[in-house]
Amino acid sequence: MSDTTVTTGTTGTTGTPATIVQGGKEPPATAPETGRAPRLRRPGRLRRIGLPYLLLLPALLLELLVHLLPIVIGIVMSFKELTQFFIRDWGAAPWSGLDNYKVSVDFDAPVGEALLHSFLVTCAFTLLSVGLCWLIGTTAAIYLQETFKGRGLLRALFLVPYALPVYAAVITWGFMFQRDNGLINHVLHDQLGLTDSAPFWLIGDNSFFALLTVSVWKGWPFAFLIMMAGLQNIPRDMYEAAALDGAGMWQQIRRITLPSLRSVNQVLVLVLFLWTFNDFNTPYVLFGRSAPEAADLISIHIYQSSFVTWNFGTGSAMSVLLLLFLLAVTGVYLWITSRERKSAHV
Amino acid sequence: MRRFRAAAVGAATLSLALTASACGGGSTTGGEGSNDSPKTLTYWASNQGPNIEADKKILKPELAKFEKQTGIKVKLEVIPWSELLNRILTATTSGQGPDVLNIGNTWSASLQASGALLPWDEKNFAKIGGKDRFVESALGSAGAPDKDPAAVPLYSMAYALYYNKKMFEEAGIDKPPATWDEMIADGKKISKGGKWALGAEGANLSNNIHQVFALGKQHGADFFTEDGKPDFTSDGAVAAVKQYVDMMAKDKIIAPGNAEYAQNQSLSDFSKGKTAMVLWQAAATTFKSQGMSEDDWGVAPVPVQSGAPGQGKATNSMVAGINMAVFKNTKNIDGSLKFVKFMTSDAEQKILCKSYGSVPPVKAAQEDAAFDRPELKVLRDTLAKSAAPLPQVPNESQFETAVGTAVKNLFANAAAGREVTTGSVKAELVKAQQQMSEQ
Repeated sequence: MSDTTVTTGTTGTTGTPATIVQGGKEPPATAPETGRAPRLRRPGRLRRIGLPYLLLLPALLLELLVHLLPIVIGIVMSFKELTQFFIRDWGAAPWSGLDNYKVSVDFDAPVGEALLHSFLVTCAFTLLSVGLCWLIGTTAAIYLQETFKGRGLLRALFLVPYALPVYAAVITWGFMFQRDNGLINHVLHDQLGLTDSAPFWLIGDNSFFALLTVSVWKGWPFAFLIMMAGLQNIPRDMYEAAALDGAGMWQQIRRITLPSLRSVNQVLVLVLFLWTFNDFNTPYVLFGRSAPEAADLISIHIYQSSFVTWNFGTGSAMSVLLLLFLLAVTGVYLWITSRERKSAHV
Repeated sequence: MRRFRAAAVGAATLSLALTASACGGGSTTGGEGSNDSPKTLTYWASNQGPNIEADKKILKPELAKFEKQTGIKVKLEVIPWSELLNRILTATTSGQGPDVLNIGNTWSASLQASGALLPWDEKNFAKIGGKDRFVESALGSAGAPDKDPAAVPLYSMAYALYYNKKMFEEAGIDKPPATWDEMIADGKKISKGGKWALGAEGANLSNNIHQVFALGKQHGADFFTEDGKPDFTSDGAVAAVKQYVDMMAKDKIIAPGNAEYAQNQSLSDFSKGKTAMVLWQAAATTFKSQGMSEDDWGVAPVPVQSGAPGQGKATNSMVAGINMAVFKNTKNIDGSLKFVKFMTSDAEQKILCKSYGSVPPVKAAQEDAAFDRPELKVLRDTLAKSAAPLPQVPNESQFETAVGTAVKNLFANAAAGREVTTGSVKAELVKAQQQMSEQ
């Protein structure tokens, strides 16, 4: 996973930004390192072997408690008929076998049909959002590689959407998208006269684009930040050499920049994908507890199927299905990208 | 090393992918509360005033009085409506909750079914002065009819028609409409030149439900059968929903923009003189905070199909209001009952309802002169004579979501200029009912 070190190591640059990303993904790694400290090697063999594990234990237990236990409970819940009649003592809820799953994936019945629709909307939304975030973030990062006056200011400005609290930002977008008093319609309809009548953005089919706009606005600075960090690791002289060989800017981007950023990209796209697919705050703040059909993202849909309708069993079953899907996508994605990378290095 | 790295990748992706879908809970113990900590109480109050701070300002002095009388310190938390139900559900699941709490009265039967709230049997009612002290319609909204109530009424409200006197004058209308036909005739006179007759909160699911519930009664529809089965697709229900949405789609007396309203924008439109009427419950404090003088607006009963408001097909409002409940897991059961007794006492009812502009559900408190002003007189009359409780069934919450969404979708269609027909209304309601079927 840390193949960037191949590039960074040879050039001797620090590469800290890239390792920050990777560090965030790794389980706490400090414990085994302490175990390897020279002072600790002196005592007996058993202690030498046991100590690292002992030091790892608290982290492992916490990991189990914080991460795995809730997941296991969630999976158990999905096999129960957990409605409002049982939430007070949900151990007493009757087992329902695979019923919750059957309801969720019966695409001819209303519940399954709605879930499938929501799933497809989410897929389309995620593809577009991740694509646009990546494109805008990368473009901006490449342009800001050149030193010019005001670069620091622009960099800071670009990161503002990422730094703003989600709720405050999305509520503001909600105001801007209002039909009668919103800024968007004021510009599009009143000022520019692009539409015959003022369109709705928060209800009906346009809500998809409203949601996409907010999501991209909120997500691209992260792509920008990561790409900018990745770009620091590409040695300048490679561009100079390329320029001497007669490569234009487009060729430099295609032949040097993008290949060098491959491993950064691998992580970035995956993280963006998972965040966007699971995004709950944006649609919830924008649309409230019942999103318009065109923007019915799966996270809101599951929330509605459990919290709003008080049927936590079905909600859990849908969550488990979502989890399986994300795991499959992530697994396949990592498998393909690492294989490509391996062959690229040979 | 490579293997370790692969394992790390696996673990990391696993945890990343899992973060979103986890959902936990805890086990709880049964029992009816204890007196383990008799000196403190936690109280979850719903947001009744213009904002949370206003609520604290109103409630704190009263809680201080209670502490002086009983020596029990009440820890107050005012919870916004958007969070209250989730907080209660979480408290129910974990068993870690407040001692005393406010609930929207329409949730009574749903929460009753969860068994989280202390049932108000004769014995408990006796401790707060008896059942007879409360208005009957308010008690009817405190749980399923065949069970002991899950809560006691705290503040009562009903829907009324608020109208802008000046706009009525300008349009040459001398009295507020009493029937829907009059509403539409008057509405057409007003709805021109950027002004509109009636405001609606088309994307607010609960408000949609409140409106179509009263209209449903007028068409002889109940949305639930006698034995509690959903019945959204009856002719009466379809007619009621269509009549409400048609005021935007066909009669054009509601501005299309109202289809996306969900945060009381219709009230600010009213205060700004953009719309002449709203159907609302206890709106006086909001109008005042938005700079409207009391003389600018008038109040009348919500219109009916014909004749005067009354029972059955002349119903013109739901019984709206807030109930007070005791959490079964409380560690201060005696103190909780004392606190409910305090809050529902005649004196406190007068103070609190005066501050919030609501009607006291306690009969004796209603007789205070403060509740004789025209607005509260209309609300009080409606509550006493022509209001009906929303269906007190365990899946009321699902009903609000499903049918409220159906009305929201229909408004969205109407706003986009699409025709709303009996067929399209029925199709939406069929879809809503199907979502209820797996219960």
